[in-house]
Amino acid sequence: MAKFTLPANSVVKTGLKYEAADGAKRVRNVVVYRYDPDTGENPRTDTYAIDLDKCGPMVLDALITIKNEVDAGLTFRRSCREGICGSCAMNIDGGNTLACTKAIDDIKGDIRVYPLPHMPVVKDLVPDLTNFYAQHASIEPWIKTSTATPPDRERLQSKEERGRLDGLYECIMCACCSTSCPSYWWNSDRYLGPATLLAAYRWVADSRDEATGERLDELEDPFKLYRCHTIMNCAQVCPKSLNPAKAIAELKKLLVLRRG
Amino acid sequence: MALEDNRPLSPHLQVYRLPLTAVLSVAHRLTGLAIVLGTVLLVLALFTVAAGPQAYATTYMLLDSWAGRLLLIAFTFALYFHLCNGLRHLVWDMGYGFELETADRSALLTLAGAAVLTVVTWLVALL
Repeated sequence: MAKFTLPANSVVKTGLKYEAADGAKRVRNVVVYRYDPDTGENPRTDTYAIDLDKCGPMVLDALITIKNEVDAGLTFRRSCREGICGSCAMNIDGGNTLACTKAIDDIKGDIRVYPLPHMPVVKDLVPDLTNFYAQHASIEPWIKTSTATPPDRERLQSKEERGRLDGLYECIMCACCSTSCPSYWWNSDRYLGPATLLAAYRWVADSRDEATGERLDELEDPFKLYRCHTIMNCAQVCPKSLNPAKAIAELKKLLVLRRG
Repeated sequence: MALEDNRPLSPHLQVYRLPLTAVLSVAHRLTGLAIVLGTVLLVLALFTVAAGPQAYATTYMLLDSWAGRLLLIAFTFALYFHLCNGLRHLVWDMGYGFELETADRSALLTLAGAAVLTVVTWLVALL
């Protein structure tokens, strides 16, 4: 059941303000969600005024500057800093994206940074993705075959067959899409969400996979698949410009078509 | 979902800036609800017609007031919006129109279509 408000322990309070160093010319406020599991206090938003002249161009650079120079306790995930690992997915300026590819200059006013929405928070900007990964595993995202592998070569694909995987295989599992989806917010215990369904379609669409029927059987469920109501938030936020909504529609089509 | 260790739930509606496509999705639900409630009112109005001229005169007076007119216009718009957006969903169900630019454009088209149909209906009704 959808619950539109936050539980009492999750209501966000206003926290501390850290002023910029003297002499800073281009100052921007970065408002960051903070939660410390050790104190058990409610989450709060701390505001850090940073000097853009002493900071890289991306929101991730701002967070790293804060962590290095102002508050070493600030906790967030990051790794590749070039949009391929998916670690630094978070809610920035009202939308989910990767902090490393979101330019500070593209945001007007204060830069507001929250963890991915409607997720249990481990600490600060780090959400617990256990359920998200378990759902991905549940669709068995690997090739499944019943015929024997050809003894002298790989399982081959034509260019067209390989082409059908474009726009599907590039997913980096950052969870921006699933945690932008209101259906996923209200039903993440039973609805698989856009990222997992995109992965499911990636294997259904693979010409080498021989478990298409079983895969579709698993998805034919009022909640796992059909909680998608084409809200399109997934496609709007995907940092890799993929379109999970379209993949989900293709799955729905296949389920109808196989009835004959 | 049960949260372990008393972990807080991260903000969602409180911080999310819903894109136009999402706003229309919400509006589709709300107008669906509005149509149901409006239809109940419509049936009640028809009851008063059956109840005789005096009861009907009261209904007519209520519906002819500015508040009644506003309600009827809102009902008309809700009906047309739900119809137009329903057609948009039908196209989606056939697998078309998922590209972001197309989805944004069809959203605007839905709004414009509902507005035009509402205006035309009321012009026809009043002239």
